[in-house]
Amino acid sequence: MSAIVNCSRRNFLKASLLAGGGLILGVHIPGLNGSAKAAQQGISTFVPNAFLRIAKDGSVTVIGNHSEMGQGAYTSGAMTIAEELDADWTKIRVEPAPVDPAYNHPIYGVQITGGSTSTWSEWDRLRKAGAAARQMLLAAAAQMWNVDPSTCRTENGQVIHTNSQRRLSYGELVEKASTLTPAQNVTLKDPKDFKIIGKAIKRLDTPDKTNGKAVFGLDVNVPGMLVAVVARPPVFGGQLKSFNTAKAKAVPGVRYVVEIERGVAVVADGFWPAKLGREALEIVWDEGPLVSLDSRAQRDQYAELAKKPGAVAKKEGETASALSTATTKLEAIYDLPYLAHATMEPMNCVADVRADSCEIWVGTQFQSGDRDAAARDTGLKPEQVKLHTTLLGGGFGRRSPLDSHVVREAVQISKTVKVPVKVVWTREDDMRGGYYRPRAYHTVSAGLDGNGKPVAWQQRIVCQSIFVGTPFEPAVVKNGVEETAVEGAADLPYDIPNLLVEWHQAPDGVPVFILRSVGHSHTAFVVETFVDELAHAAGKDPFEFRRGLLGKHPRHKRVLEFVAEKAGWGKAMSNGRGRGLAVHESFGSYVAQVAEVSISKDRGLRVHRVVCAVDCGPVVNPDIVRAQMEGGIVFGLTAALYGEITFEKGRVRQGNFHDYPMLRMHEMPQIEVHIVPSEDKMGGAGEVGVPPVAPAVANAVFALTSKRIRRLPIRMTDAI
Amino acid sequence: MISFRVNKQSVNLEVDPATPLLWVLRENLGLTGTKYGCGMAQCGACTVHLDGEAVRSCVAPLSRAAGKEVTTIEGLSPDLSHPLQRAWIAEDVPQCGYCQSGQLMSAAVLLREKPRPTDEDIDKAMTGNICRCGTYQRIRRAIHLAAQLKARGGAK
Repeated sequence: MSAIVNCSRRNFLKASLLAGGGLILGVHIPGLNGSAKAAQQGISTFVPNAFLRIAKDGSVTVIGNHSEMGQGAYTSGAMTIAEELDADWTKIRVEPAPVDPAYNHPIYGVQITGGSTSTWSEWDRLRKAGAAARQMLLAAAAQMWNVDPSTCRTENGQVIHTNSQRRLSYGELVEKASTLTPAQNVTLKDPKDFKIIGKAIKRLDTPDKTNGKAVFGLDVNVPGMLVAVVARPPVFGGQLKSFNTAKAKAVPGVRYVVEIERGVAVVADGFWPAKLGREALEIVWDEGPLVSLDSRAQRDQYAELAKKPGAVAKKEGETASALSTATTKLEAIYDLPYLAHATMEPMNCVADVRADSCEIWVGTQFQSGDRDAAARDTGLKPEQVKLHTTLLGGGFGRRSPLDSHVVREAVQISKTVKVPVKVVWTREDDMRGGYYRPRAYHTVSAGLDGNGKPVAWQQRIVCQSIFVGTPFEPAVVKNGVEETAVEGAADLPYDIPNLLVEWHQAPDGVPVFILRSVGHSHTAFVVETFVDELAHAAGKDPFEFRRGLLGKHPRHKRVLEFVAEKAGWGKAMSNGRGRGLAVHESFGSYVAQVAEVSISKDRGLRVHRVVCAVDCGPVVNPDIVRAQMEGGIVFGLTAALYGEITFEKGRVRQGNFHDYPMLRMHEMPQIEVHIVPSEDKMGGAGEVGVPPVAPAVANAVFALTSKRIRRLPIRMTDAI
Repeated sequence: MISFRVNKQSVNLEVDPATPLLWVLRENLGLTGTKYGCGMAQCGACTVHLDGEAVRSCVAPLSRAAGKEVTTIEGLSPDLSHPLQRAWIAEDVPQCGYCQSGQLMSAAVLLREKPRPTDEDIDKAMTGNICRCGTYQRIRRAIHLAAQLKARGGAK
């Protein structure tokens, strides 16, 4: 599972240059520099490069520079290295990388996990890291045997001299290999020789996730540590006016009450007294201009914006004239709400700020940003800040905020009270804490000619910007259009000669950020339900209609055909069920889904089955890809059926899982994932299962009730 | 002073008896396998056994544990040998893993009461446990597998 700084591939180079990073070219593999050297544990360890080390007992430690948040990055990264290393898989372990330029994202140029990139962006670098180490081990053995390296081979953690059948384990070669110079050129395996890559190998992190041993940020305990709960303004943009600490300090266990940039922190011996202390705290807020924010009024505001032309994201042909001469014209308005990530592990961070150092423990997706923010707040140099990445109890983009606000809270409090502090957000803090998927309002019109062929498509999107005003703006915003707002719409795959997609930047205020599948989470819904509408208006089968318009996009077409066959598209449905279809590309992968639903006034909307076909190019671990599709479908279904953050008097109305529900076991559909064999370019997996499911479900509702769903979450009054 | 047993060991604590058991387990006893997710018995991440019954420790005051036996995920088995743990590993259930302690503790009570649970039994017993990563299908499969493992006598 993942998310994201969402730069499209064509902007990768730009983003990388912007962030000061270099693209990894040739066989250069970062060696050990700066803090990465700390990972080296004496001469008893062979450290060929920044991504692995081998100990004398033969154990191989892979350094995971992409955070593990459930998406399987530790396992798939280790598999990639282990393959080229010819390692003994049973001796592989992974530890999180320290913060160091060696571990910067090969494309984004900062140390970050997101954009469904962990596997494909590291594919070359990790393979080379493993291959370079293998080559050194092989050379070391050849020297010890005094034979030509070409007469040796590697297998399962050993070098073997083929003629004599002599063997040396990698552990036995540690000392010798450590004296050799890293290879300048490496040979990578022919994929047909892969033994690890492509196999459904069990995840390395599963055992510790079934016995309570896995350490998430919230589980970190540092000697002398106190726990802080922070009172923040009840309205976004509000300011602290005054506060009285007396009642809070009277709560047994409360040690300090201190003001920080974002509010007032109650610091106590444990979470419970800290929370009670916060409840007792007397605060007067200046609630600021957003105190009048109301979701219904906001809809009117967005609707007004949508009446005027916006910044042009895509223009082909002349939509206005094509629409005016079209035989059939369709129009629709869509409204999709703010969404919260609601990671199971609420936000938290441990910081220990000293006079000359700062240590941080956090489940983060953005190590270098958090480290730099801590340096700024403490006045220390970045190299004086040591950041430990824990496991993440869900990420979905929530744990990569560019302002590092959670880390900064912990740092500011620890700096003030001069003891290690763990900041804990309650579920309500988290739900009401912002960084939402932006609300998105779309107007769409399209025209069909006399043969039912679409001739024009015009789409206007209103939503807040995620990246305007951030360091990523130059990479993500072009010609006044933010890519994350229009992705999945501006790159419409269907063959329609006249296309116009525009964006209006909605007013700022509510903190918005990337959420699993980012812009695709709303554009796919609009595009794939409206295309369905066109198909019906043209009197054609929704599968055949799409298929006929995907001539220029063979990978879309292939997953569409694949899923149709697996789902039995066109066959009669029983039990009052209806089928719906959607296909969408995101993050370089192509996913089609068919949903089977039933609906009734008393039993509501039930999703019984979702069939999914994915083409993400060559696959490192098919079971992890399947798990990501399953998880993405549940994530998308939760949004389709329940997800909605709304405002009244500037306040977020939802607070916990009773009013921001999640899909639960009894609502779980049967999910069937089919990985389409593909030698095409590798894409992502973490986010790509999300976008198609909401439109597939909405299209299935239409198949049953002839009602079009144009706002999410799906309301029974709209569906029947 | 409140006395109770945790994972078969006696514990005596001087803690405000109104403190939720969850925070006592995590902060006073260092048993961090039990997770905080919602604080209002909505998500099940904090599920532990109190005298064998599944309870949401985030809303159970410490006083409720007095004189009783608490079992946490750390006490489910000493060595990953519980059939549910074996099944969880066989099906590679967890993604982020944060909710899985609670899932396992809820499933353990289900399996004890219904050695061969139906899908409907699983729905009923597990619907109080949220998994944001969406591992429900694998949880269901793993519970069925654990029931088979247990029936084969491979369990304690």
